[in-house]
Amino acid sequence: MANVISRFGSATAAAITRVGTSALAISHEVGGIAVLAGRVLRRLIPPRLDGRELWTNLFKMGNGSVPIIILTAFFSGGLMTLQSAPFVQKFGATALAGWAAGYAVLREIGPILIALMFSGRVGANNTAELATMTVTEQLDGLRALAIDPISFLIVPRVLAMIVALFALTVLGDLVALVGAAIVAHTVMGIEWATMYHSFADNLAPYDVLHGLYKSLAFGFAIALTSCYFGISVKGGSTGVGRAVNAAVVAAAVSIMLLDFFLTYLTG
Amino acid sequence: MSEVAGTELRNVDKRFGAREVLRNVTLKALPGRRLGIIGPAASGKSVIAKLWCGLERPTAGDVFTLGHQLSALTELAASQQRARIGMLFQNYALFDFLSVLDNVTFALQRRGDIPADEIQDRAAARLRAVGLAGSEHKFPSQLSGGMKKRVGIARATVAKPELVIYDEPTAGLDPVTTQKVYDLLASDHAQTGGTVIAISSDVLALARFVDDIAFLHDGKIRYLGPAADIENVPDPAVRQFVRGEQNGPLSQHVSPPVEDA
Repeated sequence: MANVISRFGSATAAAITRVGTSALAISHEVGGIAVLAGRVLRRLIPPRLDGRELWTNLFKMGNGSVPIIILTAFFSGGLMTLQSAPFVQKFGATALAGWAAGYAVLREIGPILIALMFSGRVGANNTAELATMTVTEQLDGLRALAIDPISFLIVPRVLAMIVALFALTVLGDLVALVGAAIVAHTVMGIEWATMYHSFADNLAPYDVLHGLYKSLAFGFAIALTSCYFGISVKGGSTGVGRAVNAAVVAAAVSIMLLDFFLTYLTG
Repeated sequence: MSEVAGTELRNVDKRFGAREVLRNVTLKALPGRRLGIIGPAASGKSVIAKLWCGLERPTAGDVFTLGHQLSALTELAASQQRARIGMLFQNYALFDFLSVLDNVTFALQRRGDIPADEIQDRAAARLRAVGLAGSEHKFPSQLSGGMKKRVGIARATVAKPELVIYDEPTAGLDPVTTQKVYDLLASDHAQTGGTVIAISSDVLALARFVDDIAFLHDGKIRYLGPAADIENVPDPAVRQFVRGEQNGPLSQHVSPPVEDA
């Protein structure tokens, strides 16, 4: 009996230790990301950043993501129609088919899916680039040449990701509505005019803005997590893979948490 | 802050997690002179270079570089002081997104106080001096280790810094190229008159280049004195290292590799 109690006690202690260790590790990462956010904001007032790096990153991150965002947004809109249209048709409310798809896409599905795609493509690439530069001492090389890596590398990337994701979400919203209308017309046989009026009469500007301001928050979260894990990489080249993995997971979790709380707070 | 004209470590400890790399190290690089640092692998030589460049902060003690305590400054303030320092990294630390020419001109271009023509002239002269004329438009991935090292030397010296730190300037180079590199560094030093700190495992070649030499082992300075005397130091650890003997105190103490060290 004493043995069983002792073993139970050891297992409990080990479980508590694991939970505690994980909590400490998460606190460490969250603290590191908060410190990085502070450093980035400090360099924005007054602005201390490299303009050329900003434009380069805007082009690379924004333009390069357009095809994948169009694809994602088109099928998101179409999918929402496929899911919602049978029900609205069943209840004879075809005039609401566009609203059902548009409301879901503009407020939730569009911003989240676009952010996740953006994180997978741009955020992961950003982490890999920064992590490689860190393990090959290129960041120390910048510092040794009296160039602040935060101003030169991080701030332009953070701004570029926020602006690019916002612009891609605007584009994605438009494409998603077009996708919803095309699927509604070709698959469900709903008239173009019905879909147009359903969008125009039932969707409010705030439905669009709700998704757009969330995309700003998502962009900031993706930028910070991807940059943080890139510059804090440990363990040489094998650490680069771990950093990318951690950045993508952290960005996805951040997107979900931000989405929940922003929706809860702002409706 | 106490007034220190030169470049000095004063009672410095440096830890990476549980691993103690430097223990109560005091070391001074006299203005205008060349100081060499030798020691076994992972003994903390590169850490000293990074401390003096302000890239690492000491766990305890004071680090002075060209009269400034970089470790007490904010990162932005320390960054301004680093413009007076040139550093060659052990692993080159070349920017892989820039060509050879851009690597060399990068810092000068960003300073904004030197005309573009002069920057180009200076970079071209430096690349000629290190034997890389004609490689201006290659990228680091297209260069051999020795060529990368020479680009690193050109980058570290193009701004004519008051203090230059060379971390393993001749590692991986053949003896003839090694001597050429040291001749170049000596010629640069004769022109600028700045302070030079060179770290190397190639004791004999280094000893011919520097005025003073320090031997670092087990986190402590075991010898500091004229480079010419290094072969006759009675300390058995120094003697074993300099002569490359198989048996001795260094063989009984093989340090594990240190991350970032």
